[in-house]
Amino acid sequence: MDSILEMRGITKTFPGVKALDNVSLKVERGEIHALVGENGAGKSTLMKVLSGVYPHGSYNGDILYDGQVQRFRGIADSEGLGIIIIHQELALVPLLSIAENIFLGNEVQRFGAIDWPATYARADELLRKVGLKEPSSTLITNIGVGKQQLVEIAKALSKRVKLLILDEPTASLQENDSEKLLDLLLEFKAQGITSILISHKLNEVSRVADSITVLRDGAAVSTLDCHTGSIDEARIIKDMVGRDMAHRYPERTPRIDGILMEVFDWTAHHPQHPDRKVVKGVNLTVRRGEVVGIAGLMGSGRTELAMSLFGRSYGQNISGRVKMNGQEVDVSSVGKVVEAGIAYVTEDRKALGLVLDETMAKNISLSNLEEVSSHGVIDEGTERKVAMDYRDALNIRTPHVFQKVGNLSGGNQQKVVLSKWLFAGPEVLILDEPTRGIDVGAKFEIYTIINRLAAEGKGVVMISSEMPELLGMCDRIYVMNEGAFVGELSAAEASQEKIMSMIVRGRAA
Amino acid sequence: MTTLSSEIAEGGKARVSVADYLKHHIRDYGMLVALVVIMAFFQIWTDGVLMKPLNLTNLFLQNSYIIIMALGMLLVIVCGHIDLSVGSVVGFIGALAAVMMVSYDLPVIVTVPACLLAGALIGAAQGYWIAYWRIPSFVVTLAGMLVFRGLTLALLEGQSIGPFPKSFQALSSGFIPDPFGLDFKLLSLLLGVAVGAGMIVFGLRARAKQARFSHLDEPLSFFLAKNGVIAAAIVYITYLLATYNGLPNVLITMAVLISAYTFFTTKSVPGRRIYAIGGNEKAAKLSGIKTERLTFLTFANMGMLAALAGLIFAARLNTATPKAGVAFELDVIAAVFIGGASMSGGVGKIMGAVIGAFIMGVMNNGMSIMGVGIDWQQVIKGLVLLAAVIFDVYNKSKGET
Repeated sequence: MDSILEMRGITKTFPGVKALDNVSLKVERGEIHALVGENGAGKSTLMKVLSGVYPHGSYNGDILYDGQVQRFRGIADSEGLGIIIIHQELALVPLLSIAENIFLGNEVQRFGAIDWPATYARADELLRKVGLKEPSSTLITNIGVGKQQLVEIAKALSKRVKLLILDEPTASLQENDSEKLLDLLLEFKAQGITSILISHKLNEVSRVADSITVLRDGAAVSTLDCHTGSIDEARIIKDMVGRDMAHRYPERTPRIDGILMEVFDWTAHHPQHPDRKVVKGVNLTVRRGEVVGIAGLMGSGRTELAMSLFGRSYGQNISGRVKMNGQEVDVSSVGKVVEAGIAYVTEDRKALGLVLDETMAKNISLSNLEEVSSHGVIDEGTERKVAMDYRDALNIRTPHVFQKVGNLSGGNQQKVVLSKWLFAGPEVLILDEPTRGIDVGAKFEIYTIINRLAAEGKGVVMISSEMPELLGMCDRIYVMNEGAFVGELSAAEASQEKIMSMIVRGRAA
Repeated sequence: MTTLSSEIAEGGKARVSVADYLKHHIRDYGMLVALVVIMAFFQIWTDGVLMKPLNLTNLFLQNSYIIIMALGMLLVIVCGHIDLSVGSVVGFIGALAAVMMVSYDLPVIVTVPACLLAGALIGAAQGYWIAYWRIPSFVVTLAGMLVFRGLTLALLEGQSIGPFPKSFQALSSGFIPDPFGLDFKLLSLLLGVAVGAGMIVFGLRARAKQARFSHLDEPLSFFLAKNGVIAAAIVYITYLLATYNGLPNVLITMAVLISAYTFFTTKSVPGRRIYAIGGNEKAAKLSGIKTERLTFLTFANMGMLAALAGLIFAARLNTATPKAGVAFELDVIAAVFIGGASMSGGVGKIMGAVIGAFIMGVMNNGMSIMGVGIDWQQVIKGLVLLAAVIFDVYNKSKGET
């Protein structure tokens, strides 16, 4: 066999981070090559280098395609050679028809005008190839995610694809749609199209893949040939997670008391697709002084669980009960849930947590303005004092508390969001990816704050994609997958391998 | 770790030179300086007519309704919306008042509150769709603009209705009584002196209070100069007005409203929340703020202020005409943007909007005196609006790098 693609010694750095470190990848012609790894392992970055999203010159290393060194300046260059990438977030225009989407940017023209009959005829033909029966005049918004995925593939076919790259194609699909998609990949293989499949799901990977490359922390750890012997899932999992604890965690002796918060049978549906359950019957318990982790991949429903709990800020048809200190509480609005003693620190601090144009002091007081005002009039002196107290307590580095939060660093912004919610006086804090996008030093400080909160008898729920972080911080870890809790581990029994295998097998190990 | 951060805080408190301070606050004072320059320009080119007591009085009367609406529009724009219907509401409320008082002989004391309530209901009706149904405010108020212009025509049956009772006219063209019985309206001047002095005293007290906490970046010399000049300007203007008829009633109304809305936007809890909604609606909502209700109330408030402006405008013309208030929304919105409010919401000051309205007003007035045609007046006003916003955006982008 000859190889269609060879990436040699690819290194890509972003300011302060080495996203890819000397990665080599070899894909044989006509095979299905799976690329697996944790969130942030570098899979998507590698594919962006390949497709020219990061142009030649912005990385080190060589790309050999069809035996020639390529220097892609943009996506147009790689697509011209038949390398088509289908991203996890589909790039379709909802209110255009299937046919219009397929030929978007590549319209079928006659004398400079769009040739509609030819457009629809060719689109219908492509749809047949991917097994879609919808007429190509159907609007994208009227078909489900699974079929949209197929439209993306039809679009790729229209560009004479030779190397098809699918980034987590089944992440948002139902089981039978996933099956169909995998069958389609096998069919393409028979026609001589090479595919790279990025996936977390080992059962899918082992069903279709000819070889598997595992990426971890920006490096290619191993490549397995699936035809020489059976696939050892345990080994793949170990390769995916098997790093040393990269960070240190502050010491803490847990002093765990009685039950503080209980959630029973919590269920929520997707805001746009009422028939899709995003959170499925979750039961959760938090004790005083306890740090509880929720592990799971992106899209597993962790944020959706937290936000639907937090005053129904996400989803629809939400059901379930919440008890605080044994008393059932009303969590139907943000105001009520805060009053019940629950706070949620969002994973997206810029879009959902902060008013970036406002000062640090005004951001901190925002969720509890009553506390700094009397009869509806804000006492700026009190507000300032509160901000200064939090600045000192959480060590927020800012010239003064009237600094616009948009000008603070990520770590300090995170501390401002934390301050805001601490000021609301909660008993339980739900922290969603509290250390995302902040540097190692600031992470340690956030960990210290979390430990201090637990020591004060508060309950902390920590959602994180970084497993070492959960293992280093939590007393107990729930594992979430596809909207449900698939397992629960105590700190003593938890390990990255156990968590990962619960996720990829979709059940307790 | 406490010492480190407080050291930085002390560093921030270190003395700031006047030049440095101005460089960082150029956005705050740029438009005020522009207003003064524009006034000086017209004062020279109109041979001193601009600042004549009679003209000055007219300047306030002519612009009062724009300024009053600019207060409500500032809140609407800070909240991230726009209201295009205010000009039509001015016309409609004028017509409603005329029908009530002239056709049905209802007393002024009934008409005025009823019209204000009607305005609030109009605003609420539009705000309902905007806040709870998330229909874009541009569309809802564009519809409102057409609807209320049409209803104005229907109410007046295409005619002008007037004149109004004397007590209603006083709303706009009356002056505060002077107990001293002199030719010179001493009370008006005394009021001006009181406001000027009060401004300095309150300013100093607020400054002292601020100084107790670490943050104080405005140099004292600058503070005194600024407040001294503004107080002197207030006293001088009231002196000029006192040599004529004294302070117009509408100036008092305006001053009270400006103070109230300044207080509301800077010190009150709901005011603060409106800024948060405009700055980041999702974050505001996740902070437990009832974003829909506040947006709704912002529009109801706008409707009420538009109604007040409609009454004042009708009282000033002493007649309700179908054309009343046409294109007022543009002047009001322009005033708010000239005053530094951000199109995307979350940013803007009451005093900025007031200064913006005065810039437009002084230019209208000055160019009319100079005999500039209405054609070129529009061109120049358009360019000033564009320049003001470019200046603002330029300063902001410079501040961010």
